[in-house]
Amino acid sequence: MAVSKIWVFAEATDGKVATITLEMLAKARELAGTVEAVYGGVDAEAIAAELGAHGATTVHATGDLAGALAGVPVGAAIAAAVDAGNGPDALFLGTTYDGRDVAGRLSVRLDAPVITNVVDLAERDGALVGVEPIFGGTQNVITKFTSDKMPIFLIRPKSFAAEESGGAPAAVASLVVPDLGSTAGATIVTRHVEEKSGPSLDDASIVVAGGRGMGDSDKYQLVEDLAKLLGAAPGASRAIVDAGWVPYSYQVGQTGKVVKPTVYVAAGISGATQHLVGMKGSKNIIAINKDPEAPIFSVADLGIVGDVHKVLPKLIETLKSR
Amino acid sequence: MTTWRRAVTDDADALTTNRIFIARSLPRSPGSIGGREAPGANFRTMNVVVCVKQIPDPADPGALDPTTKTLKRDGKLILDESDAYGVEMALQLVDTAGGGEVTLVSMAPNSEVSGLRTALAMGAAKAILVSDDALKGSDALSTAKVLAAAVKRVEGADLILAATESSDGYTGTVPEQIAEVLGLPSVTFAKGITVEGSTVKIDRQTEAGYDEVIAPLPAVVSVTAGVVEPRYPSFKGIMAAKSKPVDEVKVADLGIDASSVGWAGARQEIIEVAQAEAREAGEIVEDDGEGFARIVSFLEELKVI
Repeated sequence: MAVSKIWVFAEATDGKVATITLEMLAKARELAGTVEAVYGGVDAEAIAAELGAHGATTVHATGDLAGALAGVPVGAAIAAAVDAGNGPDALFLGTTYDGRDVAGRLSVRLDAPVITNVVDLAERDGALVGVEPIFGGTQNVITKFTSDKMPIFLIRPKSFAAEESGGAPAAVASLVVPDLGSTAGATIVTRHVEEKSGPSLDDASIVVAGGRGMGDSDKYQLVEDLAKLLGAAPGASRAIVDAGWVPYSYQVGQTGKVVKPTVYVAAGISGATQHLVGMKGSKNIIAINKDPEAPIFSVADLGIVGDVHKVLPKLIETLKSR
Repeated sequence: MTTWRRAVTDDADALTTNRIFIARSLPRSPGSIGGREAPGANFRTMNVVVCVKQIPDPADPGALDPTTKTLKRDGKLILDESDAYGVEMALQLVDTAGGGEVTLVSMAPNSEVSGLRTALAMGAAKAILVSDDALKGSDALSTAKVLAAAVKRVEGADLILAATESSDGYTGTVPEQIAEVLGLPSVTFAKGITVEGSTVKIDRQTEAGYDEVIAPLPAVVSVTAGVVEPRYPSFKGIMAAKSKPVDEVKVADLGIDASSVGWAGARQEIIEVAQAEAREAGEIVEDDGEGFARIVSFLEELKVI
């Protein structure tokens, strides 16, 4: 074992542990003898069974954050534990909204560097190293820490498969949040849940995504229609999210979601590096684009060189009539 | 990343000229991160600092330096398009407040200013550029230490904006690290920002939708792309930008120990670069009107329909 104890930053919604957390627990079990979770919030008891079933023996929980964003209090609490000699040998956090915040705050408090965008971890000379894709995933760099600080890794979702270990519920331990001084004050007032029909980008076995080649925002409806017929989640390239056609939550790519569905349909997407990073792990890729030179065709299993405005309506009609 | 031209509007032109005029004629905000009193409820101006990155043009293929295994940055640099949103947001907040100014803070090699000029042409009033050979090889934490020190030089900053992540390094940790170095609250992934008195209200992107978050000023906020529509610099703006002040400083000017930044400060090292597994070449079909049928049969083969 490269290290003896790893902490995994756990996230959960309504008593259900986030998939990224379970993925990290599975990888941590491969690399360390002891795996524990660290959680910012009041309902640690509710998730202790699921965390335990995935290999965490203990969950270190802060208790009620009183609406505060997780970054400051959880970062400070982990730093205090590390400074007191009660920390782990390495910390894994997901590349998520809160995961990045906690990592950023913690790195300053510990004066410790962070290895980001990690898609794999390995042991080299008794230490953990991180693997990070660059240039649209055409190359990987392997990075090691050269300091004696606690290694902090920010890990991209869908890098590992979640796997149950059959462990007993995790014991809940208290993680004390120190005085936050002038850094405190960012507080959630109201949460808004956007109603979505159909599967989410994270879980869908089919994703249909549209890009700039759809022409204008009205035409994105074709993507929605096809997605509905296939029971798929609709997605988008950064270009059309930036242009305001669809919300940020639709975005697939380096910024945005990483997806690995059974089938990925890219309609009018050229395949910028930014996008390829988020979808090239899909099992089967179908691309429709006018430009035969578009980089998306380099990753497509089936590429249709043609106009999305001609291909999609016919495809939708055919599927409707089945 | 796709880059497309934005429409040049008379509106943007007028805003740009007005802002320069207003910024010079109004008193400064009493708010400060440099130890002065926090802004009161009735302050009249809004001073916003925007952290911007100048990056190699994403349209050009990137390359690694064979020795250091880091991204080559010795060519021409441009304003990271992700940062145009923060600059635009800052300009709009100053405009809404009725006074104040936008100051840019950036760190770049070789005294690079072309990206800064783009943001100045949009309407920012001035810039601080940290350019020093000692910064080569800096990681996100060192970058945050340097940018935070530069932000401290801006008198009366009420709000510090940054993009959620850069388009070349995309670590996504710098805004939060800057906030911690400065000892300020922060809100990341803002898709909407309003300022009311001494409080900033933010719509923060979440997995499920968004959260309404409040924080006391001064604060650090990172904005998502698409938060606002960045204006295209007008001709007048471009001309005006040429004479706007860019204060170039060295690491020593910021009171930072050179050994805590750059290669020495990074404390991480790339030990290997490997080709990733490539996908096998697929079947490419020219659409002759029947392309859709091949998709249908492919979906049937995969047993998903």
